[in-house]
Amino acid sequence: MKENYRKERIARSIKARSDDIYALTSYREMWYLLFPRFIPIVGIAIVSYFLPLYWKKVAITTCIFAMLAVSWDFLSNCGLLSLGQALFFGIGSYTAGGLNHYLHLPIYVTIPVATVMGGFISTMILLPVVRLRGIYFAMVTLILPLMLMRLVEATKILGGTEGITGLSPFPNVWFEITLILAAMWASLFGLRRFIASDYGLIFVSMRDNDRATMASGINIYAFKAQALFIGSSICAFCGAFMTHSYQFTGMPVFAMEFSILPIAAAAIGGIGTLAGPLVGAMILVPLSEVLREFGTLRIVFYGLILVICVVALPEGIFHYASRKYNEMERWVKIE
Amino acid sequence: MLVYGLINSAVLALMALGFNLTFGISGVANFAYGAIYVVSGFLTWALINNLGLPYALSAVLTIVIIGVFGGLIYKFIIRRIRGLVISEVIATFGISIVILEFLRYIGFIGFKYSLPVFINGSVEILGTFVDIQRLFIIGFVIFLIAALYLFTHYTKVGLAFRGIAQEEHTSLSLGINPDRIAGWSMGMGSALGAFAALVILPLGTITVDSGYDVLISALSVCIVGGLGSTFGVIIASFIIGYAQTITATYVSAHWTMIVSLVAILIILAIRPSGLLGHQKELEERV
Repeated sequence: MKENYRKERIARSIKARSDDIYALTSYREMWYLLFPRFIPIVGIAIVSYFLPLYWKKVAITTCIFAMLAVSWDFLSNCGLLSLGQALFFGIGSYTAGGLNHYLHLPIYVTIPVATVMGGFISTMILLPVVRLRGIYFAMVTLILPLMLMRLVEATKILGGTEGITGLSPFPNVWFEITLILAAMWASLFGLRRFIASDYGLIFVSMRDNDRATMASGINIYAFKAQALFIGSSICAFCGAFMTHSYQFTGMPVFAMEFSILPIAAAAIGGIGTLAGPLVGAMILVPLSEVLREFGTLRIVFYGLILVICVVALPEGIFHYASRKYNEMERWVKIE
Repeated sequence: MLVYGLINSAVLALMALGFNLTFGISGVANFAYGAIYVVSGFLTWALINNLGLPYALSAVLTIVIIGVFGGLIYKFIIRRIRGLVISEVIATFGISIVILEFLRYIGFIGFKYSLPVFINGSVEILGTFVDIQRLFIIGFVIFLIAALYLFTHYTKVGLAFRGIAQEEHTSLSLGINPDRIAGWSMGMGSALGAFAALVILPLGTITVDSGYDVLISALSVCIVGGLGSTFGVIIASFIIGYAQTITATYVSAHWTMIVSLVAILIILAIRPSGLLGHQKELEERV
């Protein structure tokens, strides 16, 4: 008889031992936990501080998109499927630009204010549709940035089609990188911890089964509004940051790229992991910088990645890597 | 204005019908709909100008090709992820972006890309001059709605459409293959999109950006009318169509897109399932 084997996958013993942080008994276990967190933080920091100026800017853009992707993933974890990260991004950007241009507020006021205000405005705009689920919410978020673009064009407020230029820049590029790196890691680890907490459990349960959550006596609309505020604040921060980094805000902030690239990054990295989208963005943005000469063909490329990843590789890089890291595989004979 | 409002409504209804058909039957929100609309415009243009085919032949060819194309998209991409809402939306949206941005990249921009009208000239109705093409649109909408009604009520495939729309598992047990029928509905939805493009596009030039506009219009009409309800789509397109025309006349043409958004917001606040959306209404949406 032909012998058949199957692949068995079990958690590594070190994973089982170090799962609970209070039971760490050796440096090896500590390193096992720290390695996947420590290496990227230090690695990315070193790389971005020592790059030439042009690539420093690319690193900043990468971090911005990584944050957008993390925030997209957080929202989709809460059952809010957004096709319009550009909406949040644009609102943050215009808020910061407006405050800086019209009220002449300094940069350390505009960015925090734009973060909170942007989150608040976005939440208010989406509040009437927060009752919608899945596709319907996605449709509205897809429409909104395009509409806002039209609105700016039609009313000629906030600089109209030309945008607002000549905003105050960051003091220096070192400060810029430190700020965006800190913000990126803070949002990633903050959201991860938040999702893992009891409070965050409610957010995840809204995605898994909103009926059951409602039946447990939880007002899911209030929680969805909170999730929107958190997610859109992060994007608004990115918008405000980008505005000051380029010293410009205008209609391009509502561009499709800011909506589509985070989703593509999440699709590559693995949806639902928060860290995955960050990994995806780290791959996609530098890659798209290399492909800059192709112009708009890049967006075609993102679209292709989206379709291929969603259909053929639904797992994503991060799921794969964490499986390899945490589990071992072996072939066992089928009896 | 009365006449133009009517025409505007007919245009909206025509745009929304294909999207509505696919969504109402298979539950797949085809975000690639706008892309399909634009592609069919360019395809017809290429058939006429590059291959030198007569207009009627290329129109029919386009509708058939686009219908098959929609079916293939279903077969190779959507069938694998059906039921996973996030994946469906991302995949169709991705397809839409691939198509539209690729068209933009290879440079289909400019005034030379326009389709010929069926018959040139205009007639006077209620004191306004109207192109015959615009009258054709109204005629085609009425024709299409009648044809769709007959199709879904009196043919085998049409009945199967309604079957899987109502209850997929029961229809499976009655020997209807939901996957095949959903593929058909996707193909037919795309063909309707191509049809809409052929009738509407002669009024202007074909632009890549109109793909997004068409998608937005179709979405807003469908949301307001209640997704999956053909009659709701007609009523909604009348409401939005007239509202847009009134805004364009009295305020400014820039504000017309805002009208759809406001309509969506009002409808969602009052009746979350849309004007006439009764099929699986609340459970699905809210």
